[in-house]
Amino acid sequence: MNIIQNLPILVVIVPLIASFCMPIIGLFRRRYCFYLTLITNFLILIFAMLLLNYVINQGEIHYYLGNWEPPYGIEYVIDHLSAFMIILISFIAFIMTIYSKEDVENELPTNAPLFYTLFMLLTASLLGIVSTGDLFNLYVFLEIASLSAYTLVAVGKKKDALIGSFNYLIMGTLGACFILIGIGFLYLVTGSLNMADIALRLPSLYSSHVVHAAAIFFVVGLSIKIALFPLHVWLPDAHAHAPSTISVFLSGLVLKVGAYAMIRVLFDIFTVEFFVNTLPIAEVLSWMAAIAIIAGSINAIAQKDIKRMLAYSSVSQMGYIALGIGLANTPGIMGSLLHILNHAFMKGCLFSAAGAIIHKYKIRNVHQFKGLGKKMPYTMAAFSIAAISMVGAPPFGAFFSKLFLALGAIESGKWIFALIILISSLLNAAYFFSILERAYFTKLHDEEIEEAPISMVLPTFILAMGCIAFGVFMFILEPFLRDIATSLL
Amino acid sequence: MRRVELEWIVGRYNYLIFIALALIGFYAMIAKKNLIKKIIGMNIFQTAIFLFYISMADIEGRKAPILVPGVEEYVNPLPHVLILTAIVVCVSTTAVALSLIVKIYQKFGSIEEDEIMEMMK
Repeated sequence: MNIIQNLPILVVIVPLIASFCMPIIGLFRRRYCFYLTLITNFLILIFAMLLLNYVINQGEIHYYLGNWEPPYGIEYVIDHLSAFMIILISFIAFIMTIYSKEDVENELPTNAPLFYTLFMLLTASLLGIVSTGDLFNLYVFLEIASLSAYTLVAVGKKKDALIGSFNYLIMGTLGACFILIGIGFLYLVTGSLNMADIALRLPSLYSSHVVHAAAIFFVVGLSIKIALFPLHVWLPDAHAHAPSTISVFLSGLVLKVGAYAMIRVLFDIFTVEFFVNTLPIAEVLSWMAAIAIIAGSINAIAQKDIKRMLAYSSVSQMGYIALGIGLANTPGIMGSLLHILNHAFMKGCLFSAAGAIIHKYKIRNVHQFKGLGKKMPYTMAAFSIAAISMVGAPPFGAFFSKLFLALGAIESGKWIFALIILISSLLNAAYFFSILERAYFTKLHDEEIEEAPISMVLPTFILAMGCIAFGVFMFILEPFLRDIATSLL
Repeated sequence: MRRVELEWIVGRYNYLIFIALALIGFYAMIAKKNLIKKIIGMNIFQTAIFLFYISMADIEGRKAPILVPGVEEYVNPLPHVLILTAIVVCVSTTAVALSLIVKIYQKFGSIEEDEIMEMMK
C-alpha cells in the first residue's frame, strides 16, 4: 500500500496529533507552537495537493478505517468534491497561520499554546468532515469543529464575545441535535450509516414518513450551521467578536463546510429526485436563500462596526450558496461550489484586512476609515480588490459564481432569483463603496504611511490575488466544477 | 376504535416519551432566561435523543449482544455504541457551556439573559 492510499486518514490524523502535542510544547517554549502549526499546515497543504492530483488523474480514493469493509466499518472517501474542499481548507489554514502570529500576540498574548491547540483541532475536524464517508462520523467531526469554534470565539478580548459564544453554542447544539435525530431516523429505516450504502437503500423508502422527517431534520439542522436567514441570529455576534484570524476561519471555512455537508446529504444521500419532487425542500430552500440574500445585505448596510458588517454580509453570501443548492441544476451547483471557493477568499481577505486595520489603528467604526487609503495603501488595496469582487464586477471571481447562479435560475425558469442576485449586487455595492469612498476620497492632514506588519499584509494580499486569479483562470476551473456538478446530479 | 388507539400508543410509548422530553428540552433552551436553565434544557434534549437511539435498538425477546451458549438472537449493539460517542459530545458541550457561564458571571455579575442584555446596551 503506497502513501497516497493512506492520505485520506493522514490528512485528519496529522493535525489532530499536532493539536495534542501543542499544550505540551507550550509548556517549554511558547514560540514553538506557532512554528509547529506552520509546519503541520504546510504538510497538510502538500497532502492536499497530492490528493487533488491523484483524484483528478486516477479517480476516487476509498480508505477503510482499521481495514473493516463498509458498511460495517467507517469509510473515508475522497472524490472530486472532497478534494476540492480539502485543498481550500488547507490553503486558507496555511495562509491564516502566517497571519495569526501578530494577531495572537496582540489579542491573547498569554494563551498562545491553547489558541493553537484549538486552531489545529478546528482544522483537523474540518478536514475530517469533508473526507469522511460515514454519516455518524460526520456528526462527530461537526461537533468537534463547533466546540472548538465556540471556544475560539470566547477568547476574544471584549466581554461581548462571551455572550456571542454562548448564543452560538445554544444554536449550534440545537442544529447538531436535529442532525443527530435525522441520522437516527435514517438508521432506523435503512440500518446503515455509510453514506453510499444509505443512498442505495433509500429509493425504495421514499414514500416513508420517517425518511421525510429525517430529510427535514437534516435541512433545518444544517441551515442553523450555515446560518440561513431566519436562523442566522448567532452569526453576527460570534463572527464580530472573535479574534480576526478566527473570524476568517468561521466565515471562510466553518460555514462553507456546513454548506458542503448540506450538498453531501441532499445530493448524495437523498437524491435530486427526492428533494425536488417528493418533498418541496428545494423550493423552500431557494426562497429562504433569496430572502437571506436581500435581508443580509440590508442588515449589513445598517452596521457601523466593520466586522459586524462583514458578518451580515456573510449571511447574505451564504444565501447565494443555498440558492445554488436549491436550484439543483448543473449551473446552480457550479455557481454554489464556485461561490464556496470565492467567498472563502473574498471574505477571508476582507476580514484579515479589517483585522490588520484594527491591529494597527484600533478602529472598528467604518466612519473612522477616512484617509486609510493613504495611510495603509497595501491593506486597503487588498480590501478594495475583495470588495469589488464581492460586488461581482468582471473579471473577478464572484462575477462568475453569480453568473452561474443566474444561469441556473434562468434554466429552471425562475427569473425572479436572477433579479434578486442583481439587486443584491447593488446593495453590496452600497455598503462596500461607501467604505472605499471614505478611505480614498477624503483628504486628511497627517498622511503618513503606517502599514500593519508584513506577516499580516502578505496573507491578505495573497487572498486578494486569489479573488482575481479565480476570475481570470476561470477556464481552468470550469471543467473541474462541471465534473463535480454532473457527478452530484 | 378506542382500543386500537390505545394499542398504537402502548406500542410506541418510547417514541412518544422521546418526543415529549425533546420538546421540554427545546422549550427550555429557547424560552428560559436563566443561562443555567438553558443548559439544563439542552441536556434534557440530548438525553431524549439518547433514549430514542437506545430504545429503537431493543427488540422484545432478544438478548444483549454477549456471546453465551444457548442464546441465538441478539439485539443490534451499534446504536448503543453510537450513543457512547454522543454522550461524550454532550458532556464536552456541557463543560464548555458551563465554563462560559462562569466567565459570563465573572464579567457581568449575572446569569439572567435580560439583565445581561441590559448591560450590553
